[in-house]
Amino acid sequence: MSNRSRFTWKAALFSALMALSAALVTMPAVHAAEGALDPNLPTNVQPQPATTDMWRDIRQGEPGYVSIPNDHAAVLIQSEGNSWRILRNAWVAPYGALALGGMILALAAFYLIRGKIRVSSGLAGRQILRFKTIERVGHWLTAGSFIALALTGLNILYGRYIIAPVIGLEAFSWLTVFGKWVHNVGGFAFMAGLALIFILWAKDNLWDRYDLNWILKGGGLLGLGHPPARKFNFGQKVMFWMVILVGALVSATGLNLLFPFMFVDLLGMQLLQLAHVVASLLMIVAICAHIYIGTIGMEGATSAMTTGYVDENWAREHHGVWVEEVTGVPNGKHHGHQPAE
Amino acid sequence: MARMKFLCDSERCIECNACVTACKNEHEVPWGVNRRRVVTINDGKPGERSLSVACMHCSDAPCMAVCPVDCFYQTADGVVLHNKDLCIGCGYCFYACPFGAPQYPKESNFGGRGKMDKCTFCAGGPEEDNTQAEFEKYGRNRLAEGKLPLCAEMCSTKALLAGDGDQVSSIYRERVAARGFGAGAPGFDAAYKG
Repeated sequence: MSNRSRFTWKAALFSALMALSAALVTMPAVHAAEGALDPNLPTNVQPQPATTDMWRDIRQGEPGYVSIPNDHAAVLIQSEGNSWRILRNAWVAPYGALALGGMILALAAFYLIRGKIRVSSGLAGRQILRFKTIERVGHWLTAGSFIALALTGLNILYGRYIIAPVIGLEAFSWLTVFGKWVHNVGGFAFMAGLALIFILWAKDNLWDRYDLNWILKGGGLLGLGHPPARKFNFGQKVMFWMVILVGALVSATGLNLLFPFMFVDLLGMQLLQLAHVVASLLMIVAICAHIYIGTIGMEGATSAMTTGYVDENWAREHHGVWVEEVTGVPNGKHHGHQPAE
Repeated sequence: MARMKFLCDSERCIECNACVTACKNEHEVPWGVNRRRVVTINDGKPGERSLSVACMHCSDAPCMAVCPVDCFYQTADGVVLHNKDLCIGCGYCFYACPFGAPQYPKESNFGGRGKMDKCTFCAGGPEEDNTQAEFEKYGRNRLAEGKLPLCAEMCSTKALLAGDGDQVSSIYRERVAARGFGAGAPGFDAAYKG
């Protein structure tokens, strides 16, 4: 105790001496300066610290202090929101529409030029089981929820410009509230479907020895015959992995949007919202091609996912190796020798 | 017609939070919702400055641009208002707003935020002026009564100015010229450029 107090006394004495000497040194200078100035000017003005840097920091999102519990409120100006707005409104929306319109036009053109891809050896009339019930449940759980999510999601991005002017703002608000509910709930159905098809089909979608040949022949789409394939050809594998990977990205970013600010800050919300929209638009564009080839684009394909059965000749042309594996009957002359119509 | 603007003079704001209190009381704003707040920069350090901030009623309002249901509108006075009956609580206006103005009464899962609430420049909403329905959703409509926003009216140091943009600007210009320093009014340029 005594040591500490002695130290304090010494320090105080030292400080006092320093202050006194400083005052003695500066006093004449101050007097000299005062003599040169207008005596009417106030002499006790506080110097103003340079504030330019501070304003620049604020403009760049530097947080301050707020007395309310909300920490987000401490940021005076966040400029990232403007970038988010420009990216969403001026880039993602128009280019997404362009991609979607372009895909639909390309499919229409393909249909007009190439026509429906027929079973070139004619229908056999014999049916073989292609997808079991659980596989069809997996497909339709994913597909049904995806279509609902795609429509309600596109409504959030484009509805204001397309639907609202037609049905009016009030009806459009109700539609969008309903759509938002469908979107929030449907996401979980989509994730369940995604998990199910991954478990069921991942092993059938690994690279195999028929894939390179399939790629070289352009998948038979260009009339170069039907390259042999197992349960899934290379084109289907690309679609499968696109759905799994992009679907997982859309799911992860979507979950983040469902729980705002729980995992990321404002910048994170903005970036992940953009990622969600871009990935979803890519998937919607790709799925248009999938829907086309599974319905009007190809004879005999749709029943694989409705009844689960396909015509044996269709199966031998498109999935020759798979038919041999399933039926035990060699494909022989059936596959690949006849060009499509 | 007047173009309504807010301006906060950082050389005058003393962080008394009277504007915040006046706003909450005048509009009976619920707990957790702050239409106006005071942010202090360099708190407790040399060069400390405070600024009162709310919706700035921007010229090219980002909230209006990104709203999926088009619930915002700008009055002839330049005040940015919104229709709570149309709002779906998606939170996009908060992502876009430079000033953090949009507030939400709820913070629940599945993006459940409730209807967005923000400063109305004391100009109410789309309901008929000075009705109970308007008051309950948007607060008092002082502009319709010929009065200016209460936050600025209450400001003891006249740091917060609200009113016709030309008059607000000329008052501020005179002040800066007279005192010879402190021309920073952050947010003003960001909100009203162009």
